[in-house]
Amino acid sequence: MTMSVPKKITFYTMLTVSAVILFFPIVYAFMISFMTGPEILQGKFFPESFHLDNYIRVFDRLPLLNYLLNSFIVSAGVMLGQLVVCSLAAYAFVFIPFRGSNFVFFLFISTMMIPWEATMIPNFFIIQNLNWLNTYQGLTLPFFALAFGTFLLRQHFKTIPKELHEASQVAGLGPFRFFLKVVLPVSKTSLVTLGAYGFLTTWNMYLWPLLVTTNNSVRTVQIGLKQLQSQEVATDWGVVMAGVIVVIIPTLLLLFLGQKQLQKGLTQGALK
Amino acid sequence: MKKVELIGISKSYDRQKDVISNIDVRIEPGEFFVLVGPSGCGKSTMLRMIAGLEEITGGTLKIGEQTANRLPPSRRDLSMVFQNYALYPHLSVEDNITFGLDVKKVPKAERKKRAQDTAEMLGLTDYMKRKPRELSGGQRQRVALARAIVSEAPICLMDEPLSNLDAKLRGHMRSEIRRIQRQLGITMIYVTHDQVEAMTMGDRIMILHEGKIQQIGSPIEIYNHPANPFVATFIGSPPMNLAQAEADPGTSSVILPGGEPIRLPEGAFEGIGKGPVTVGIRPEFLMPAQGTSEHPVFRAEVTNVEVLGHETVFSFLAGTEEWTAKWNGQWQIQPGDRIPIALDEESICLFDAKSGTLMKKPAARQLSVPAEGAAT
Ligand SMILES: Nc1ncnc2c1ncn2[C@@H]1O[C@H](COP(=O)(O)OP(=O)(O)O)[C@@H](O)[C@H]1O
Ligand SMILES: [Mg+2]
Repeated sequence: MTMSVPKKITFYTMLTVSAVILFFPIVYAFMISFMTGPEILQGKFFPESFHLDNYIRVFDRLPLLNYLLNSFIVSAGVMLGQLVVCSLAAYAFVFIPFRGSNFVFFLFISTMMIPWEATMIPNFFIIQNLNWLNTYQGLTLPFFALAFGTFLLRQHFKTIPKELHEASQVAGLGPFRFFLKVVLPVSKTSLVTLGAYGFLTTWNMYLWPLLVTTNNSVRTVQIGLKQLQSQEVATDWGVVMAGVIVVIIPTLLLLFLGQKQLQKGLTQGALK
Repeated sequence: MKKVELIGISKSYDRQKDVISNIDVRIEPGEFFVLVGPSGCGKSTMLRMIAGLEEITGGTLKIGEQTANRLPPSRRDLSMVFQNYALYPHLSVEDNITFGLDVKKVPKAERKKRAQDTAEMLGLTDYMKRKPRELSGGQRQRVALARAIVSEAPICLMDEPLSNLDAKLRGHMRSEIRRIQRQLGITMIYVTHDQVEAMTMGDRIMILHEGKIQQIGSPIEIYNHPANPFVATFIGSPPMNLAQAEADPGTSSVILPGGEPIRLPEGAFEGIGKGPVTVGIRPEFLMPAQGTSEHPVFRAEVTNVEVLGHETVFSFLAGTEEWTAKWNGQWQIQPGDRIPIALDEESICLFDAKSGTLMKKPAARQLSVPAEGAAT
């Protein structure tokens, strides 16, 4: 794309300004995580020295590694569950013609309009009656069936030429092997997108883990952060921010890695 | 190699109107059978029914000796080439070729060998590691062919496989497909809308129109003796000239709408009464009138001229119809000229005006090279 120089300058200025505004809280949190209590109160931006006291203290005070591991297991579990359930559902909607398929699909995606909070109480009772409080399945299972994910994958599956399906049938591939060997590899881009989305939303989830965990056994890292804040009368913000930085590192890593994958997938393009 | 037999096959998508009706044909083992017809006449539907991708709503399909109506595609022992090639975009050329073998649990070593042999046959050895998107249209086409060949299925179905290629490549692939089919002796069922492909490739051709068989026969048979005016105009380029005319067996002549009577040779009116008929004559039998009195000559006004280098194609008004003539060489004719045109009356066909059936065949025009050393 070619752009005139003044236009370029305007664009880059605007981009820089928005980047600075968006990134400021994270940078500030990063800075605070190295400050002592008095320094924070003075409202400084740069710490006097970069020492890791706050980081050591946050790992002392909380089983943070435990929480991180829990968060990772729960997020990865939800991600995998969503990928399996959504891709199978989307496959059925696209490749298996049945009466009322469209109706069922619209019923399915209409659940997108019901806010998650509205179904939280019934979900909680189900989990409680299954005796699944403080379990990984209690934390993950309610999120497997994702209407948005099914919609996303269905849209991608629909772009797969039907001749590919027919060629596989002639070659003797059963429906499941066609799904595994053709549909999934061809839809890698959408699967990565959905996976990243599922992982990140679960990683950042607060309310549900708060409800279904009553002890440290499967508690996730977001709850841990909240614990840091309320444990003392005067919150030690340096420690909290150190925790925050530790918690967002995996998120950022995933974002960078995922972005590369995504770009690769997108530029590959579909073959006519 | 296997035969394919269609007995009273019909197909309806909406359970009301048949898009294919009453197809009866036996495709012999090792035959190159071409299904040709205008777009929308049901060629793909028929091919897909043979492949098992479309349900058969009437009649019996036999593959080999077995009734195949209810067999899934994979159990019909056939391979198929699609118009858009249907290559797996995420697999390399080699994996695309061996994909079906993998499914059929062919041992790895044999798979590799067969892929290698097929790739050699089609000149693909240099591209084995590439992805389909890194290939040109012609190369993709070859991969699609290779995939069909490597399966060693006795029957191969192709649905307009050459229509996405440019003219030159198309001509090349035509002979290539024909060569491979001969070499392997596969039973080939080939769908096309292009009459040139049909004429040059087929052992036998079936012409389909609105889901009904118009004619089945060898290309030359169909060219020389078209069963009805539809076939006459569909096969051959430019198409056969047609006109409504009046038959008069009494004087052994037909009278064109312009009032021009053409005397036909003795015996031409066997079984034809007085009344309306459709007259047909191929463009090459409207010849330059070069002082010969052998053939009837009439004068007509030229409306359009195309000089193609080796031949000149022009149209003129014959009564109310516009006819086309094809002359060898480069003729200096201008639109608007009135020129004499000789008509080879023995090459005229007559069709029944109502049913369209062929009533008078044109005379045979087969030539042969005299044997070496024979006195001329
Ligand atoms: N899936 C379908 N549902 C309904 N009608 C169809 C379907 N496929 C084809 N047809 C109709 O059947 C007729 C023949 O189609 P087709 O076999 O594709 O023609 P061709 O390949 O000769 O161009 C057409 O009139 C088309 O509209
Ligand atoms: Mg077609």
